[in-house]
Amino acid sequence: MSVSLLLLCVSVIGAFAFVLGRVRAAALSADGRSSSMHSRHGYHGAYAAIWAVLPALALVCVWSIASPEVIDRLVIKSFPEEVKILPRAELNLSYGMVRSIAHGMRLLTSQELTEVAGGTADLQLLLAQKGVPLAIRPTGYMVDAANKYNGMREISRIVMSVSAILLSLLCATYGLRVIAPRFRARNRVEQVILGALIIASSIAVLTTLGIVVSMLSEAARFFSMVPAGEFFFGTVWDPRFTGAGAQTSGTFGLIPLLAGTIYIGFVAMLFAVPIGLFAAIYMAEYASARVRSIAKPMLEVLAGIPTIVYGFFALVTVGPFLRDISAEINGLMTGSYTSFIEAQSVLTAGFVMGVMLIPYVSSLSDDIIMAVPRSLRDGSLGLGATRSETVKRVLLPAALPGIVGALLMTASRAVGETMIVVLAAGVAARMQFDPFEPMTTVTVKIVNQLTGDLEFTSPQTLVAFALGITLFCLTLCLNVYALYIVRRYREQYE
Amino acid sequence: MSDIVSSPPLQNIPRELTPGTRVRRDIGISRRYAAERRFRACGIAAVIFGLVFLVILVSTVVRNGYTAFVQTSITLPIEFSEKVIDPTGKRTSDPKLLISANYPVLVRDALVKMLGIDPANRALVREATAMVSDSARIALRDRVAANPSIVGTTQDVTFLASANIDSANKGQIDLTADEKDRKVSDRQVAWMKQLRDSGALYKAFNSGLFVSGNSSRPEAAGLGVALIGSLYLMLTVLVLALPVGVAASIYLEEFAPKNRLTDLIEVNINNLAAVPSIVYGLLGLSVFINTMGLPRSASLVGGLVLSLMTLPMIIIATRSALRAVPPSIRSAALGLGASRMQMVFHHVLPLAMPGILTGTILGLAHALGETAPLLLIGMVAFVANYPASPLDPSTALPVQIYMWASEAERAFVERTSGAIIVLLFFLVAMNIGAILLRRRFERRW
Repeated sequence: MSVSLLLLCVSVIGAFAFVLGRVRAAALSADGRSSSMHSRHGYHGAYAAIWAVLPALALVCVWSIASPEVIDRLVIKSFPEEVKILPRAELNLSYGMVRSIAHGMRLLTSQELTEVAGGTADLQLLLAQKGVPLAIRPTGYMVDAANKYNGMREISRIVMSVSAILLSLLCATYGLRVIAPRFRARNRVEQVILGALIIASSIAVLTTLGIVVSMLSEAARFFSMVPAGEFFFGTVWDPRFTGAGAQTSGTFGLIPLLAGTIYIGFVAMLFAVPIGLFAAIYMAEYASARVRSIAKPMLEVLAGIPTIVYGFFALVTVGPFLRDISAEINGLMTGSYTSFIEAQSVLTAGFVMGVMLIPYVSSLSDDIIMAVPRSLRDGSLGLGATRSETVKRVLLPAALPGIVGALLMTASRAVGETMIVVLAAGVAARMQFDPFEPMTTVTVKIVNQLTGDLEFTSPQTLVAFALGITLFCLTLCLNVYALYIVRRYREQYE
Repeated sequence: MSDIVSSPPLQNIPRELTPGTRVRRDIGISRRYAAERRFRACGIAAVIFGLVFLVILVSTVVRNGYTAFVQTSITLPIEFSEKVIDPTGKRTSDPKLLISANYPVLVRDALVKMLGIDPANRALVREATAMVSDSARIALRDRVAANPSIVGTTQDVTFLASANIDSANKGQIDLTADEKDRKVSDRQVAWMKQLRDSGALYKAFNSGLFVSGNSSRPEAAGLGVALIGSLYLMLTVLVLALPVGVAASIYLEEFAPKNRLTDLIEVNINNLAAVPSIVYGLLGLSVFINTMGLPRSASLVGGLVLSLMTLPMIIIATRSALRAVPPSIRSAALGLGASRMQMVFHHVLPLAMPGILTGTILGLAHALGETAPLLLIGMVAFVANYPASPLDPSTALPVQIYMWASEAERAFVERTSGAIIVLLFFLVAMNIGAILLRRRFERRW
């Protein structure tokens, strides 16, 4: 019985328990004592259903997690002595073989199985036909172990199914038996629901925890191969993808990637901050309601466009355009029509990313400027200041903490942006200050290191997690600092 | 002074400077007004810049991509000659022969006959066969494998034209350029016109774009797998993130006591909303694939990652929707004897539902366009067959765009832009849906 069928069974039992509970409660209240029924019928039914489903579900969860471990141990224990004394890595390797043989044998028909057992058919050939290629010829003990493995899996699954259904029935009976006029079914059911709500809201915390723990543990494996100092202060990035078995491990210096990230982010902010701020000020202070109602959503469309679209646009339109126009300019100035802006460059990526960030800057700042109290604005205008003077001398200073916070949040978005830089910034990790040359970022390298065929033991792939945790800390710091500034320096108007 | 204030400033400045009037103290009013105008102009320029960029972006994509929705096809009378497909005559005993038969020869012969080329002239024949997509082999193979009895008959079969002929037929190749500088030769153009005039070569709606899987040939590549993958992703996100997000918001908004722990959860959610999406990809890779052993490239894993990513967005939207329900509703429900749970589920939640759904749709739209985390969990795989379940390898719409954008061939630019149009269409539809929902059901209290 497969797990999904089992779950279906349990839910059917739950549904039955619900209906029976309702009927029972209705029968009780029909005795003429309905006024003394504490909870409505549905709650009694729900209570019984919860008893029918939850314990069985918990059993299935625990069993599914624990049983593979137990089976692994038992199968390895049954290996012949000469195999068991092998080093751990080799033992794991042969156990992996056993598992894939077992997986393959589950695909075979019973006739083929008897042929294999009788020695008339070749197991490796048969399995390869079924799409399970084996690396080496299976030896006798492996086939035995695989048989044992399959047998235990089967037993485990049957035992689990039977016990889960029994438990479900047992608990459902209990849930139905306790139904009584004075029984506070509603309160119990609501407690369970509250528990579910609490679990749901703790998923957010679990996600953060998951991010930190998973990345730290993978990064720790990386730092056991490459010293942390070499990573954080190294100025050369050359991971050198080598063939399997080769032990030369390249150099992993974070500094060039960080420099590229910050440089491209800086160029992006150079475009996004003035344009976004001016757009926000215009929307908040000058634009008529009609213009505002059209232009504001249009600008926000820019924020809704997926970044991959920006990346593609940078790759096929902006990059070549900048390259050609630089060639024209160069030609007019010096007479030689060679371009000095490369198609993939800091400028291309920064410019397109800047455009992407405009709506973030403008809508965040717009809200903040609008939140400055009317009285300040009226006071300044009443004293004879022009609108621009009001903005510059009164509104911006009042809104400054909020705006700085918004800019920091925007910067954190620029740092974490991936698709635009993957397509438009290039992959060359180098330190230079020419905005017309390609540079690369932390995010690009995470993508580069983790696409393609991977093995999670080499520093070449594990470095991505070290980069990831760096990125996570960087953006977290920016956000927390933004929050701190907003809270610390916020002017309180009543 | 009084006339300066009462009359429009622009007309006033020259009058002030003309001689003969009363000498006034220069208080820099013209300078200040000039600064005002400059400031305003900057504002307008900023808004216009944003809008112009939007227009350029969308128009470039549309201009590059709308041609992807039609495709040039060539219909040829193919003679399923027994001599070519099955020279040894053993196809009944060995069906594998039909799979490995030399189908391109059939296309070549048909084309040679139709165009009246000398079959002995190898160069000419090669040039002619280059006009038909290489996917013709698979098309013929599948046709014969599905119905072996057609061997020996002659039937009209429609093939895709090769990408270069397709471009030429759509007028994207400058035919006045030197022959060496373009990808179609003069002869091919002449043949193309000949076939077009005879009705064998024509443009038709490109259903392959929506149905086919990925291919290394631009003319045969389609979004079918990516669309199904994206559908699985969206379903997973909807099934996981919506209930969990709503439950979490209900607890935080209606039940949670104000203490350190709930404060922590709140800060946490706000921070999660700002975590770069690629970090979620690393989380998915490490937890779902390496630790839990789920298959790589599966849309289920992608859906899990995107759910975690969308969760904070849904929570934030749901909480503001719950907060918008006035306290009087709650007081009334409680006053009539409802428990708090009944108050929430019978009254507050239904009233907040439009807001919650709007937020969810926007969150889904965001997830639909997300690429980076999917790259890390291996959804950037070459998948030509439909995924039967969320556990099968698959790609997604934005990932397909990324893969095509990285292809070197020029013809993929058209495909990529076409795919972007499809993606943007879905996003626009979702956003319009959200806006309509808000308009229709929004209540002001």
